[in-house]
Amino acid sequence: MKQRLENLVERFGIPRLIIIAFVLVLFILGSLTGLSTGQLLSASLVRFGMNGILVLAMVPTISCGVGLNFGLPVGILCGLVGALISMQLELKGFGGLAAALLFSLPLAAILGWLYAWLLNRVQGQEMMVGTYVGFSSVAFMCIFWLLAPFDNPELIWAIGGRGLRYTLTLDKHFGKVLNGFLLLKIGQLEIPFGLVGAFLLLCLLVQLFLKTKVGLAMQAAGDNPRFARAAGIDVPQMRTVGIVLSTILGAVGIIIYAQSYGFLQLYMAPLMMAFPAVAAILIGGASLEKATVGHVILGTFLFQTLLTIALPVTSHIIGGDISEVARLIISNGMILYALTRASGGR
Amino acid sequence: MAQALRMQGITKKYYGTTVLKEVGLEVDQGEIHALVGENGAGKSTLMNILFGMPVIHQTGGYEGEIYIGGEQVDILAPADAMALGIGMVHQEFMLIPGFTVTENIKLNREISRPNLLSRLFGKSLEVLDMDQMGRDSRAALDKLGVGIDEWLPVAGLPVGYMQFVEIAREIDKRNVRLLVFDEPTAVLAESEAELFLTAIRKLAQSGLAILFISHRLDEVAAVADRITVLRDGEVVGRLSGEEAHLDRIAELMVGRKIERPALPARVREPSDEDIILDMRNLVVDMPGERLNGLDLAIRRGEIIGLGGLAGHGKVAVANGIMGLYPATGEVMKDGEPLPLDDPAEVLRRGIAFVSEDRRGTGLLLGESLEHNIAFTSLQAQDRFLKGFLPGSWLKLQDSAEIREHGLRMIKELDIRCRGPEQPVRRLSGGNQQKVCLARALTLSPEILFASEPTRGIDVGAKNLVLDLLVEFNRKMNMTVVITSSELAELRKICDRIAIIYQGRLVGILDPDAPDVEYGLMMAGGKRTGVTGG
Repeated sequence: MKQRLENLVERFGIPRLIIIAFVLVLFILGSLTGLSTGQLLSASLVRFGMNGILVLAMVPTISCGVGLNFGLPVGILCGLVGALISMQLELKGFGGLAAALLFSLPLAAILGWLYAWLLNRVQGQEMMVGTYVGFSSVAFMCIFWLLAPFDNPELIWAIGGRGLRYTLTLDKHFGKVLNGFLLLKIGQLEIPFGLVGAFLLLCLLVQLFLKTKVGLAMQAAGDNPRFARAAGIDVPQMRTVGIVLSTILGAVGIIIYAQSYGFLQLYMAPLMMAFPAVAAILIGGASLEKATVGHVILGTFLFQTLLTIALPVTSHIIGGDISEVARLIISNGMILYALTRASGGR
Repeated sequence: MAQALRMQGITKKYYGTTVLKEVGLEVDQGEIHALVGENGAGKSTLMNILFGMPVIHQTGGYEGEIYIGGEQVDILAPADAMALGIGMVHQEFMLIPGFTVTENIKLNREISRPNLLSRLFGKSLEVLDMDQMGRDSRAALDKLGVGIDEWLPVAGLPVGYMQFVEIAREIDKRNVRLLVFDEPTAVLAESEAELFLTAIRKLAQSGLAILFISHRLDEVAAVADRITVLRDGEVVGRLSGEEAHLDRIAELMVGRKIERPALPARVREPSDEDIILDMRNLVVDMPGERLNGLDLAIRRGEIIGLGGLAGHGKVAVANGIMGLYPATGEVMKDGEPLPLDDPAEVLRRGIAFVSEDRRGTGLLLGESLEHNIAFTSLQAQDRFLKGFLPGSWLKLQDSAEIREHGLRMIKELDIRCRGPEQPVRRLSGGNQQKVCLARALTLSPEILFASEPTRGIDVGAKNLVLDLLVEFNRKMNMTVVITSSELAELRKICDRIAIIYQGRLVGILDPDAPDVEYGLMMAGGKRTGVTGG
């Protein structure tokens, strides 16, 4: 019995158990202090659907052997450009959302391909190089935001008439269209089926892709490049596939995120966006070598729930906000934990 | 003359397998004693025991006694061996390229002078006495009779000179009385080897005992005072320098009774009329196993063995043809050229490969048995796929078919496992090898390259693997190219055996050819190839 329990703990992983316990404690504390569990859960679900796709973007890069995609901002920037084009054209509602996705996809494919070209030249240091590719592309785009030929008055600075604003409101465009779609209300509990459904649909698509010939080849290339080559697989090409896919998911992810948030954030906002996504998939049980869609779903749920309920609960109890501190400790601590654990565990 | 080393009744077992059996070895002061044997004969194990390497003591130690200078000793760690005056010159150079010759010779045995700081903070802050170190190094180099400048950096030296620096380091140690050379001339050019042999004769004359391990039988015959021949962990011969002829040593080294069971007959015997794969001037740049221009024609339907000593390029043949290492040359399959850098195309043309690097190249260790078996066929031949919805363009893996095939293979090849879902990491070596063979079989190839298929698996499993290869050949008319370091197993199942030496073909032998022929060819003896059928 003890043996079996130990096996179970080992398979599930101690960090996950701690975090689950922590989330449960927060829920209990929340209900004891009179906060509405329904509201807490609803907010958690929204953040789950909102962040999930960005976390899902980690799966292809880990599978193809590149590791965690710290260069996620590359995809995010493509998504932002797509969204801006859609807004410039004054497209509204689902049409606006679809247009944003449509415009960003080719861009993400091209930039993802370039990013893959670079990463294939620095094998063994992809994560380090990716981090700086992400940072420097965000900085570079700051210039682009200033000079880009957008002239919709809603997008640009009111005074001077040049350069995009820091934060753009999506209310009149496609803000919250998915959040409001298929929203189910049960008392205080609101379940955003549209938003969560969109995320789960993408999870399913990625899962299906991983079972195709190319998907299997990609995973073998990541698992054991020499084996893959002996099976006639072009390993660099498979790495490219993984990176392009991840970049595209990054673009889709930020558009879904922005519509849920209701704002489009430019300039330095995308700088650190890879880190919470990385932390979430690691909390879900992924390692640097192995990640599944299941890790994404579990990790996103735990991490986002934790962040959502930590704020009201802690402010209620100690009268101050430690949620930001907790977020930094958990996300960076989790990344540190995964990087120091050279291998093993899954 | 005084006895420097006596090893007596040395027996060593690794996990129940006896690798050394009652081995005895005596070396006198001033003697050059050669130890010869094939790969796996037990030479390295014997030397590991002499040096007290951790691998010996971690695997349960050994039986027998070692006497140094007539006294029985226990060597439990390399430091003990050094303290007893045993020096070792390694096959791979252990030199720091950026340091000078002197610094390398004196590494970790530096001569130093005290100063103010060292008096306060300890010996590690003493100043090096470079002049004295230089003089010592000079003396050691002169003893060898080589004129290397002791102040040059090691980095730019020719390989042969690095070997001398390595030796100089050993003889500079004050108490050294026995020097062991492990394949010292393997990396040397002919002229350098000549110089080296002169140097060790000089060392022996100065009273040092020398134990010389080599595959180059001509050198051994030329330089050794006595020769001990090991085979399969046993001493099979002790010869004095005078009675040691090349042929005699070669025969002892290889010789064993060949049990060649009657193999099933074929419908049609393979012949030179029907060549399936023709290699011309095949050069493969595989580190440590370079192939320098091989010409070999493989007959349709035969089992051909590639033999030769480790490091001479026999395993590079399959790796080069499969496109796993850069290769040039001309390879014709059924008269059509085969690309050398496109593994997918090679697989499509009906060539399969079982890698010598089972855990590295051969398997996806974390994946299930059935997945490993089906994978290459799925990728190269589009098998085991089905439409997501019937008739749709999106094709997914057909898990049911993969399972069915996995179960069939487990049964046919008798793979011992808990089931098709078990990760291959958990299987024993022999069963892992069967998984590799099952994958190759799934491809239904015309030619199967099996590299070291029996390496690292136990005796029973070895025979099973060999039987499987024969079965593939006879029942499916598969042409099998088997590479092995164990000549005996090649001679058991092959129709012909090609011996590769220094990256080239020396000759093709009949499996029944006399042992002498094999021994000589593997040591590079030039004989015209005897082609048998």
